[in-house]
Amino acid sequence: MTDPLIGPLEQMTRHEGGRVLATLVRLTGDITIAEDAVQDAVVEALRRWPRDGVPANPAAWLTTVARNRALDVLRREARRTTKEGDARLLDELTTAFGEDTSDSMVRDDLLRLLFTCCHPALALDARVALALRTLCGMSTAEIALVFLVPEPTMGQRISRAKKKIATARIPYRIPADHELPDRVTAVLAVVHAVVTAGHHSPAGPLDARIDLAVEGVRLALLLHSLMPDEPECAGLAALAMAVHARRDGRLDAAGEVVLLPAQDRTRWHHDEIAAAAALLDRAVARHRPGQYQVQAAVACLHGLAPTYADTDWAQIVSLYATLERFAPTPVVSVNRAVAVAELEGAAAGLAVLDTVDVAAVERWHLFWSTRGELLHRLGRSHDAVAAFDRALGCAPNDSDRRFLLRRRSDLAGEGRQPA
Amino acid sequence: MPRYAALIYGPEETDENTPPEVWAAIMAEYTDFGATAGAAGVIAGGEALQDTKTATTVHVKGGAKGGEVITSDGPFAETKEVLGGFYLLDCADLDEALHWAAQIPGAWHGRVEVRPVIDFSQQQ
Repeated sequence: MTDPLIGPLEQMTRHEGGRVLATLVRLTGDITIAEDAVQDAVVEALRRWPRDGVPANPAAWLTTVARNRALDVLRREARRTTKEGDARLLDELTTAFGEDTSDSMVRDDLLRLLFTCCHPALALDARVALALRTLCGMSTAEIALVFLVPEPTMGQRISRAKKKIATARIPYRIPADHELPDRVTAVLAVVHAVVTAGHHSPAGPLDARIDLAVEGVRLALLLHSLMPDEPECAGLAALAMAVHARRDGRLDAAGEVVLLPAQDRTRWHHDEIAAAAALLDRAVARHRPGQYQVQAAVACLHGLAPTYADTDWAQIVSLYATLERFAPTPVVSVNRAVAVAELEGAAAGLAVLDTVDVAAVERWHLFWSTRGELLHRLGRSHDAVAAFDRALGCAPNDSDRRFLLRRRSDLAGEGRQPA
Repeated sequence: MPRYAALIYGPEETDENTPPEVWAAIMAEYTDFGATAGAAGVIAGGEALQDTKTATTVHVKGGAKGGEVITSDGPFAETKEVLGGFYLLDCADLDEALHWAAQIPGAWHGRVEVRPVIDFSQQQ
């Protein structure tokens, strides 16, 4: 959260927390025990570091303190239950405890945690919540806020997922080679959901969404650093960066939504767009294309275009056509319709839009507003206003609603002008 | 070793409307699975069930022992895909259980639901 009270120390413990937690989960085999232990260690750090100074290796400090907490908890449990499993764990924790905090060990710990949290045996929304919780250090309250779900509901979703991990024994390990393609896909879907929720999703208050977008970029870059040879991981990281780089253009000074054609491109972070494009170039050179690389290419083309009119629409149309083969969704088709309209005119765009299955998109405000814009360009003002009414009926939040209302009244006004 | 139940669901008509040679082929697939998984020491048990026309469901009314017993014809839930049989699999973790479940012929003729079995000896 962009709470001014949260100091750099807290920021640091939060980000180190993911690495520390990953190690603790390996050691304890239990996400809840690990989380509690890391939480205690963070509280301890925030109490001591301002007084004693930040240790040379904050992650190692947090790991040691968290390990000791976990040991305490497990010793108590062992005395209480004499459970065979706990005794074995305790033994491992005391003897072979990971003094090994080398990069490769931490990397494997993070990968294991990522694959566990993103296991396809868990529902996608539970995977997203767990990943945000464990790898991004977001609180249940923060996650609930972003996804517009009451906090107890989100808490239940997370605890059910943890219970399933424990009870069904979803393993904490890096999948074997033959399992990897499926499992990487499941992880990519989770990180993509975080990235998307940060930027396009309707849900939640604005600064919470911006924070989520930052976490999305961080998570995508983490994934890429953990699996540098997977071009789709690099593609997703490039996509997250290129989309996030336009953050300051998306809203005007009053915090109102500004659409791509009207955005002030000097407010974009062009260094980040260039970095995303460079990352994507390296990924594409591996010749293993996929939907995230294609989406990143679209985002980079937009980011690199000097003006909206100068956008390479021909290439964007062909990229969306490719994307429809990789991931045929109505959202992709609507995006292709917009690009076709820019390249060949509104009538051609509308023809693409007419091929979209309306039942799948009738609750999606951007489908209706896109339709309204194209109808307006064709001079069908009455139909355009009707489409904007449909859009307003499913506007997901206040700023989108205000935007649609403004646009609708513009169109209605122009419609009354004599030709 | 954790134990999982692999519950095999499929379309009911398989039993009646299936030509004998197709039925024989399916049985051969199960024999295959039994041999492979059996040799790996994974199978702890399992049964094939008669079709749901032979099923009877009982319910004791009142939510407590001793209530009126309601006996009804048919399976618990009338669904297109019915429970046709199950295996008990001893596997180290869910990934291993899913690996074996995906080799049960019911996984391609229908679906296989994998559920951990409660181990009462580990409960306090």
